[in-house]
Amino acid sequence: MISPNVSHLRSRYDVVVVGGGPAGLGAAFSARQAGAEHVLVVDREQEAGGILLQCIHSGFGLHHFGAELTGPEYAQRVLEQVLEQEVDVITDSYVMDVDRARRVKVMSAQHGIQIIEAGAVVLAMGARERTRGAVRIPGARPSGVLTAGLAQKFVNMMGLLPGRRAVILGSGDIGLIMARRLVLEGVEVEGVYELMPHANGLNRNIVQCLHDFDIPLHLSSTVVDIHGHERLDRVTVAPVDGDLRPVLSQARDIVCDTLLLSIGLIPDNELAHQLRLRLDSVTRGPEVNSTMETSLAGVFACGNTVHIHDLVDFVSQEAMLAGRSAAQYVRDQLPPADNVRLLPGENVAYCVPHTIATDREHTVYMRVRKPLDLCRIRLATSVGEFVYEKKLRYVFPAEMVNLTLRPRFLEKFHDDALRVEVLPR
Amino acid sequence: MGSMSDKTVTTATYLCIGCPLGCRLEVDEDTAGAIVEIRGFSCKRGKEYAAQEHTAPQRLVTTTVRVLGGLYPRLPVKTNAPVPKGLVMEVCRALRQVTVEAPVQMGDVIVADIVQTGTDVVATRDLPTSELRGMNK
Repeated sequence: MISPNVSHLRSRYDVVVVGGGPAGLGAAFSARQAGAEHVLVVDREQEAGGILLQCIHSGFGLHHFGAELTGPEYAQRVLEQVLEQEVDVITDSYVMDVDRARRVKVMSAQHGIQIIEAGAVVLAMGARERTRGAVRIPGARPSGVLTAGLAQKFVNMMGLLPGRRAVILGSGDIGLIMARRLVLEGVEVEGVYELMPHANGLNRNIVQCLHDFDIPLHLSSTVVDIHGHERLDRVTVAPVDGDLRPVLSQARDIVCDTLLLSIGLIPDNELAHQLRLRLDSVTRGPEVNSTMETSLAGVFACGNTVHIHDLVDFVSQEAMLAGRSAAQYVRDQLPPADNVRLLPGENVAYCVPHTIATDREHTVYMRVRKPLDLCRIRLATSVGEFVYEKKLRYVFPAEMVNLTLRPRFLEKFHDDALRVEVLPR
Repeated sequence: MGSMSDKTVTTATYLCIGCPLGCRLEVDEDTAGAIVEIRGFSCKRGKEYAAQEHTAPQRLVTTTVRVLGGLYPRLPVKTNAPVPKGLVMEVCRALRQVTVEAPVQMGDVIVADIVQTGTDVVATRDLPTSELRGMNK
């Protein structure tokens, strides 16, 4: 749905939110609920809703709304909630710069270029897809090679088919969802090729996107060459060895005119770089404390711009916290500073937030490096002494793990760094 | 000693989608088509899922239809209930014949009783008319 026009932009807002997807909208909503008087959301597209607008499949909202919704339905519900709160939402508008004094430079056709002062800023710009260049797939550079998310936009929003016979690289959910989408629109999908020895997406998508349509999944394989003059005409695939190196002697060519790349998402962190925020080298997003505040006071962040999420429901949860914290910051009502640093230990790639306070309850999000069945989350001091442990069933890198950390788990803990590990039982 | 009944069973396997465990479910069916045994599940939901997938697998269908005069040239739609898995492609083929006109409200019925499934296809968003009418043909 289209937000009503904002005829006049204020020169100062209590909270300015960069990005109007589910993260930005969630933060704006909770900032208002927490007492921020004037809240502005800036989104670069012609309507708010973010990536959800092109995610026409279902599976969203089971936790947040207690219903199974499609992406557009989730987006519309969240936007309706925000507009009821009298938040200014401007679209076709771009945040060009935020400086360390929280002056936000906004460019839009309707309002021109304006510098807006913000009591607090919430970064919610989402993520970008990893491209061919980032993984350096060799070969020619014909048309027909594109990321799965871009193909999704072409098909679902612009009514354009990317091609007639497709190969998909990467078994993450975006690739699987697009495999099904293409088949439903009459495109032949030759197969999905995955570098790792295990599939990356949810079992539900393996079944409903691949098995349902007899699309083969080739594990431990990758694309090693791209051929075509002006248009893609074939790709070369090869199995990879235990070190993920292609075994070229077993390479084979596949005739196709479309190659979709579903090889990862990276937080959009231009503004984080400009603001010189401390970044996490694993997530590629800013470090945040337990209120979702970054290393710069008054600048908060939430959603895919912090770390890549699987479920939008958890994005909304994180955004509620960031928005509330931004409002509290403006009224100088933030809780006292965190006193413990969280360190990713054995089999943990990263934890968000990066610090916590021992006097409050937190939700800690993390991802494991390797799949494990029948395992346990273990919290230890920086020298390995046991603090707390919880049993888990099955964990794998593609599904984020969340842990509720209660103050009573840390009653006997007096260190300033807590190691989080995921180990076999 | 009586005559031996035909004990031939065929086994079908399914990947359970209920939780990340992804149990490998096995369903034995006799020559009359009745389920004889279900194996491999770790919980009640898995067993129920196996039976459902084997006898009457169903899927929600989400796709887009052509729309004229709207903000975008495509309108996202869904079946408002799951349909038999075997009819998914037919539902999509039928929807390729459909063109709607903006404006559309979320929940509007685009096609009632699609391919006689008893299920309606509904819009999953509001789609206003485009001010730039004529650009989205």
